Amino acid sequence: MTHAQVMTTPFDSVLVANRGEIARRVFATARSMGMVCVAVFTDADADAAFVREADEAIRLATGYLDGDAIIGAAKLSGAQAVHPGYGFLSENANFARSVQAAGLIWVGPTPDIIATMGDKILAKEAALAAGLPVLDSYDTESLTGESTELIRFPVLVKAAAGGGGKGMRVVQSADQLDEAIASASREADKAFGDSRVFVERYVPRARHIEIQILGDAHGNLVHLGERECSIQRRHQKIIEESPSPVVSPELRQAMGNAALALASSLSYSSTGTVEFLLDEDSLTGDSITEGGAEFFFLEVNTRLQVEHPVTEAITGLDLVREQLQVAAGQQLNFDQSSIDFLGHAIEARLYAEDPANGFLPSAGTVDVFEPAETPALRWDVGIEQGSEVGVHFDPMLGKVIAHGPTRAEAAAQLARGLERLHLGGLTTNRDFLAATLRHPQFLAGATTTDFIERVNPTPLVSPDDVVFAAVAGALWMQGRRVADLEVLPRVPSGWRNSKLPMERTSLLLEDGLGDGLGDGRDQEPMEVRYRRNRDGSFSVRNSANDNTVSNAAISNAIIHAWSAEWIDIELDGLRRGVRVSHTARVSHTGSAASFLYVQTPSTTLRFRIEPRFVVPGADTDTSTLQDGGLVSPMPGSVLEVRVNPDDEVVAGQVLLVLEAMKMEHPVPAPRDGTVSQVLVEVGQQVELGLVLVEFE
Amino acid sequence: MDRTLLAPPLPSSVATSSESFAKNRADMLDQLQVIDELLDEAEAGGGEKAMARMRSRGKLPVRERIANVLDPDTPFLEISALAGYDSDYTIGGGMVVGIGIIAGTECVILANDPSVLGGALTPYVLKKWNRALEIARDNHMPYVSFVESAGADLRVETGGGRKANTNHFAESGRFFYEMIELSKMDIPLVCVVFGSSTAGGAYQPGLSDYNIVVKDQSKIFLAGPPLVKMATGEESDDETLGGAKMHAEISGLGDYFAEDEMDALRLCREVVSHLNWRKPGPEPSLLGDDPIYDQEELLGLVSQDLRSPLDVRDVIARVVDGSRFEEFKTRYGPTLVCGWASIHGYPIGILGNNGVLHPEAAEKGAQFIQLCNQIDVPLVFLQNITGFMVGKDFEQAGIIKKGSQMLNAVSNSTVPHLTVIIGSSYGAGTYGMSGRAFGNRFTWLWPTAKVAVMGPKQIAGVMSMVRRGQAARKGIEFDEEEDAQIVAMVEEVQEKGSLALAATGAVSDDGIIDPRDTRTVLGICLSVVRNTPIEGADGYGVFRL
Repeated sequence: MTHAQVMTTPFDSVLVANRGEIARRVFATARSMGMVCVAVFTDADADAAFVREADEAIRLATGYLDGDAIIGAAKLSGAQAVHPGYGFLSENANFARSVQAAGLIWVGPTPDIIATMGDKILAKEAALAAGLPVLDSYDTESLTGESTELIRFPVLVKAAAGGGGKGMRVVQSADQLDEAIASASREADKAFGDSRVFVERYVPRARHIEIQILGDAHGNLVHLGERECSIQRRHQKIIEESPSPVVSPELRQAMGNAALALASSLSYSSTGTVEFLLDEDSLTGDSITEGGAEFFFLEVNTRLQVEHPVTEAITGLDLVREQLQVAAGQQLNFDQSSIDFLGHAIEARLYAEDPANGFLPSAGTVDVFEPAETPALRWDVGIEQGSEVGVHFDPMLGKVIAHGPTRAEAAAQLARGLERLHLGGLTTNRDFLAATLRHPQFLAGATTTDFIERVNPTPLVSPDDVVFAAVAGALWMQGRRVADLEVLPRVPSGWRNSKLPMERTSLLLEDGLGDGLGDGRDQEPMEVRYRRNRDGSFSVRNSANDNTVSNAAISNAIIHAWSAEWIDIELDGLRRGVRVSHTARVSHTGSAASFLYVQTPSTTLRFRIEPRFVVPGADTDTSTLQDGGLVSPMPGSVLEVRVNPDDEVVAGQVLLVLEAMKMEHPVPAPRDGTVSQVLVEVGQQVELGLVLVEFE
Repeated sequence: MDRTLLAPPLPSSVATSSESFAKNRADMLDQLQVIDELLDEAEAGGGEKAMARMRSRGKLPVRERIANVLDPDTPFLEISALAGYDSDYTIGGGMVVGIGIIAGTECVILANDPSVLGGALTPYVLKKWNRALEIARDNHMPYVSFVESAGADLRVETGGGRKANTNHFAESGRFFYEMIELSKMDIPLVCVVFGSSTAGGAYQPGLSDYNIVVKDQSKIFLAGPPLVKMATGEESDDETLGGAKMHAEISGLGDYFAEDEMDALRLCREVVSHLNWRKPGPEPSLLGDDPIYDQEELLGLVSQDLRSPLDVRDVIARVVDGSRFEEFKTRYGPTLVCGWASIHGYPIGILGNNGVLHPEAAEKGAQFIQLCNQIDVPLVFLQNITGFMVGKDFEQAGIIKKGSQMLNAVSNSTVPHLTVIIGSSYGAGTYGMSGRAFGNRFTWLWPTAKVAVMGPKQIAGVMSMVRRGQAARKGIEFDEEEDAQIVAMVEEVQEKGSLALAATGAVSDDGIIDPRDTRTVLGICLSVVRNTPIEGADGYGVFRL
């Protein structure tokens, strides 16, 4: 088939075989192009924004991996094209073939390309054939005791069918190799249904640089510059940027050409990403004289990448629009020479996870979610206020993208945007991201893949900010109650003609820091006492620095303005506009919990409002662990139970193994003891904080 | 609510930069400072030691009990906070009475202060208790009592001067009778027994509609172990005789069993929340916007010696919604200012003194009171009155007849009356302007108020003239020097006795307020009175025409 024979097949409806932010992202462009947008969804997503926003939506009974059901949904809705998004079936060649066989248009590269590039060994061979530099690799089949002596350690064990860091192991020495291969193989089998793994040279100080390519079915092919995605945790990217702070125009051209050479050899169409490893040590010192930067081909992603917005920002292109047009058989209407890169863009991925606890996924309700109006950033998010984040899917809540004239400005904008984001209800990496973007090492461009282990950015909230937030929250709550008064609504707040004790609000700082600080389990509530003065200001005491609140110094607070979402408050001369939200929940035990989310200059703090009255016998403190009980450290499913009732266990002994996000997490005994009860069984889904095992 | 009265705002005649304004203001602030310190004394109750002892037993001081039972950020209007001023008793008298909001419901709250003589029934407790019952009855409000009392004050009364013994046990117990009446009037009585409630006191829970007892704290029995032993020889202890558990489980006197004091307050709030309270009086029908003049300026209007003239319209302009005031009969009987306004959106009729009452002024007042009764509008009296005008011309013009007409109208008016004494309140003027004895719902004093049968100078002067006459009749020489001394002394004693603090110490009003709180206090009272229907009089006594 020659390129000239390609027919244009315009379509005006598209089904997105995906969920969350990427479904919304594709819909946004498709809608702007006048297309009908069709969503598919599972029961867990029935109330999700992307389902509501679609023109039509079809329920999937068995999940997003059920290709037949998705094709059935396309037929039912009359959608003419299928966009796979990323993840799920986006790189499943068989699904792509089935879509085409059903007479639908597949938005992506051809199934053959997907199949070839999806196999890392075949991909590496293709890259070698196209003249790309690759890392030394070893076939695990041929590795025997003796041949391992030839291997240059450290090495990386990788799944042949992998992606997203699953089935990956760094091995430092020969004696660890067999075990690493075995476990990576198991993990790969579980994740991809393909247990093949291979071993590759490991570059300890490296950067992850990828080249965005875009081609059409007519043979036109361009690259859109690089993205640096070196900042990763658990081998998954969390901050991506373009351009890379270390890629020179010459290096960009060299890498771009390499990517195009491979793409050209594959007759690549649609969007794709050629990933390279850039050896940090080749950029510095003597290596430059030895021949300059050294980069190695890693793999090709045959889909739209999560981080595509940074490329869109600096090129001004809409990659989804290009994908849809290419899928319709149209030609690219620009060539390499017309592509300019403007400024600097950085993306941060917002995850429901706990950076202080090994980045374990978290779950819960998004009680509040509201980006600040400024700085103006691009928010590609799947969730909204009130969304439930469960254990069923990837815990990415969304992405934030800043675009500025310089890297420093983009980083500052993005950090500020994250700090000002009004977000709460579940633990996220927001503060970790902001701390990363503010870190001198990041700003210096020292972003190698080991950045997080090396730098370990630590979010901090100053005690003064916590006090300010507590006072602002307590007085906002006061305003809330006064605004809701039905009896004597015109009488000043807490008016007295004699002396009564001050009004009191007890607030327990719970979380919101994402750094494990203030999880509320070992803290005393902070008491804020206040009294309205005749001039409308408030005299305030708080127990922050001194538990005897009645002796605490009196502060003066002036409420300049109050609204249902906000308080403009001056405390001892410092004035801030503070976003505040209040949510109340009734737990399954019938006890009510009430929370305040208060914005500080750097994050959102969550305070539990301690009830003035406690109903005897009611468990109002859901954050307290059950005595003697071992609770689930994360949401997930039970993979293995290693103890039985009456077993004697020692501290540190693994009692059960949980699986979350396809990773195994052993749960050790916190102390010596005898197991009295095992409350879960293999295969059971568990929520964060559920009691798993009880001790005597 | 955007509707307002159509009358324009009052002009202001206050020269806020004048020397007299500054002096008045400074004097007023001095007086308020004195009152504030007395309120601190009232708060301290029986003192630090007594409070500490209560806390050590898991008990809350009385004002913390009240603060915790109230809805957060809502007002508390205390009644007679300075009862017992200038007496042998602790300021406040050992009981806190006030109006507060519990579970969205305006309630009368009365609470023994066990830090003061163990909560014993001092004369001031009795008087405040009586007033609390009256407020509940007149305004038809739920009655919430926090009982913890050692019972009757058995100490011997040591009054000064001539002894008149008009108190006798046979007349006691009226409180219980009135509590029973309240219940019959569908006014719920909610009682939390925080401690001892023995002998006669046991009838407080006994006659309440709801009783909350506190574990290990409540003690309710007709006779304690010693008296039981004396009477029947039976050996017993507090808990079996009248503990919370016993009453909750065996006698049934305790309806709700609380784990501790906070739990009792929680239960009290729950009980009030189920009372299904609805106010029959109309809600605000007008815009309740602030006055256009600064309420701070109320501090500089009245001189401490009451000698510089005050235009009551300047007070009205700083109290009523938007300073709007529609004056009635402006040009007739000008010493009594009458007209319509609103506070917090509640329509009111106002009668304010601009001098001594002349016959025409009294006649005008009688007419205005009837007009307000015709349209069911509550009345606010702003008293600054030295009395009805005396002298030949006025007697001949029928000042007694006209004054009596006004007293008739005031007495038989059935719309709620709220009275604020901003200056003098002397003689029959006090009655005509709906003083305490004339059935008003609330009486509030500014610190500048003086309440007496007549002015101190007049009393001293009259007494001097009597002495002079006696001397003349007896033909003895009148000692001018001695007379001057007596006049000065009488004046001083009378002056002191007429001061606001003396009046409020005797619980003859509801308390002294900061002039800047006048609008707020009246606003609260206007809401409170709406727990009854606002209905004007259908008829009056025979007017002497």
